[in-house]
Amino acid sequence: MNPHQLVFWILSVIAIGGALGVILSRNPVASVLFLIVTFFAVSGHYILLNAQFLAIVNIIVYAGAIMVLFLYVIMLMNLNGDVEPQKSKLLQFAGIISGGILFLVLLAAFKTTQLNTTPINASTSIGLISELGQVLFTRFVFPFEISSILFLSAMVGAVVIGKKD
Amino acid sequence: MQELTNKRVAVDRKPMTFMERLYIPTIIKGLFITVGHIFKKPATISYPEQQRPFSPVFRGLHILNRDEQGREKCTACGLCALSCPAEAITMEAAERVKGEEHLYKEEKYAAKYEINMLRCIFCGLCEEACPKDAIYLSETVAQANYSRKSFIYNKEDLLIPNPNETH
Amino acid sequence: MLLLTIDWSFIIEKLILISVILGASLGVATYATWGERKVAAWMQDRKGPSRAGPFGLLQPIADGIKLFFKEEIIPTDANRFLFILGPSLAMLTACMASAVVPWGPSIELESGRVIALQVADINIGILYVFGVVSVGVYGIMLGGWASNNKYSLMGSVRAASQAISYELAMGISLIALLMMTGTLSLAEIVNQQHGFWENGWFTWNVAKQPLGFIIFLVCAFAELNRAPFDLPEAESELVAGYHTEYSSMKLGFYLFAEYVNLFISSAILITLFFGGYNFPFMDQVAGSVSPIVFSAICVLVLMTKTIMMILFFMFIRWTIPRFRYDQLMNLGWKSLIPLALVNMLITGAIIIWVLN
Repeated sequence: MNPHQLVFWILSVIAIGGALGVILSRNPVASVLFLIVTFFAVSGHYILLNAQFLAIVNIIVYAGAIMVLFLYVIMLMNLNGDVEPQKSKLLQFAGIISGGILFLVLLAAFKTTQLNTTPINASTSIGLISELGQVLFTRFVFPFEISSILFLSAMVGAVVIGKKD
Repeated sequence: MQELTNKRVAVDRKPMTFMERLYIPTIIKGLFITVGHIFKKPATISYPEQQRPFSPVFRGLHILNRDEQGREKCTACGLCALSCPAEAITMEAAERVKGEEHLYKEEKYAAKYEINMLRCIFCGLCEEACPKDAIYLSETVAQANYSRKSFIYNKEDLLIPNPNETH
Repeated sequence: MLLLTIDWSFIIEKLILISVILGASLGVATYATWGERKVAAWMQDRKGPSRAGPFGLLQPIADGIKLFFKEEIIPTDANRFLFILGPSLAMLTACMASAVVPWGPSIELESGRVIALQVADINIGILYVFGVVSVGVYGIMLGGWASNNKYSLMGSVRAASQAISYELAMGISLIALLMMTGTLSLAEIVNQQHGFWENGWFTWNVAKQPLGFIIFLVCAFAELNRAPFDLPEAESELVAGYHTEYSSMKLGFYLFAEYVNLFISSAILITLFFGGYNFPFMDQVAGSVSPIVFSAICVLVLMTKTIMMILFFMFIRWTIPRFRYDQLMNLGWKSLIPLALVNMLITGAIIIWVLN
């Protein structure tokens, strides 16, 4: 086991543990904090793949901005573990059924996929910012611009909703 | 109505001009003022080591005076207590007996003399009223203390030390 | 087998560098508290701390000892874990940002070994700083929320919204600069500002991006929660803001982290806009002294510039009154972000049509 693999396993344990914590903890604030831990572990995985730009953007955007807003809203609404609404039995049953079906579908999908065993070369520079910029503005320029228009429309919508009339 | 001073300025409620809304020129102006103060002499003095001179009319703690032979001048006439607007002074008189001539200047003296420094307003009227030049206001300020009782100064606290007594 | 693959001398070198930088930033932060009190006093025609040691130089140490020996109070209804995590996170993120600042040029030893005076020259250097700063707000938010006090909560809510609002303008103003430098690595940005004057123009970025610098500076004030934007701890409205319930060294950590942040962000401001460790006529100096002495001079130059920047932050703090909260948000969203966008567009246009 080389250091790379060791770090990989540690990060994976943290990421999965954090993700389980998100759905298992009853306090919403704790859930948010677990999610942040997960994001950090995922960023660690990005760094292992030499995608430094993705790693840091993941931290800035998700851990640094979006989760702060999540936390902000949860703090302002004062959601605690004991005010969590209790779901009815019927809803719980429906949840189990739909979750189980999703699990079956995923299992079937995994079974039919060919496992691509060629390891990703960690020394590739595709994750660095200059290469990423080149790819984004040449090969993927159309989807990139489309997504920016999507964001723009979301911003306009937010302004319209937030405007006093 | 005639104005008392010429300092009255009408409040300006005009919307700010572009230069004013930039903030930065005003901030720089403010910085010049505050940074200029760095090079001014501080108004603070390091108090216990350095002390400011009292002004000639300063009125501080009272003292009870003695004459050249070290005898108390006060005759407990009560004029100081009468003149005191804050009613801070109380006294009890006593008659001098034989053998006490070296202690008290006149035949009557103050057996008990108390000034409540919490009531005293340091106006100096007692000093004005005294016919015997026995009470003076000195250039010291009352020390801070923990209890109200300690601010009632009795005769021993107020009397100046006897020049003839050697300690 | 695992241990053999690691370059131990490299790790030891970096460990020494990290401890020196951490020690230096903590030391500077300690004396920044003293400096702040002195500057405030001088500006108000007072003397400032003068009793502990000569010129009051032992005052910060006395303050630290006092904070250590104070009784530690954790409110009964507080979330204990988060209550302790808050100041720890604040301190951690404050110290982490120093990793990418280049403190001086690399030293080349006779053995051919090159010692970089930078903990990590990652090619996303400035983004790393942004990441650390954006995580830094958790320290304040968690501490304020865990205190279970409405003033603390208000303080942390203000801190969070302020940090997020000003991070945007800060990022956009920096994009203009990055379009000119073409790199995100701080070491590379410093190298581009070599010397002081070249090709008939200043090499320092402040002369190339004056508007971007002003926007960045204003946002730095807001990100540092310093006056005039110190609304999260506005004592006239919120008692003490997010650290109302804190006492002892946990309070000390919050206050101290603020000064470490001040030092690091001054160093980053200097690195980005004022040429880092570069100084006029540095080539002549480099030719006449040995490389190690030259590096030491460079580090000294950077420290001097940084301390001047810290002093500037202090001058502003004791000059301008605190903003109102709506004024703060208006300034951020309606002035600085459009300005930064315009600045970015102008920079792009100049790069395309003038410089090419």
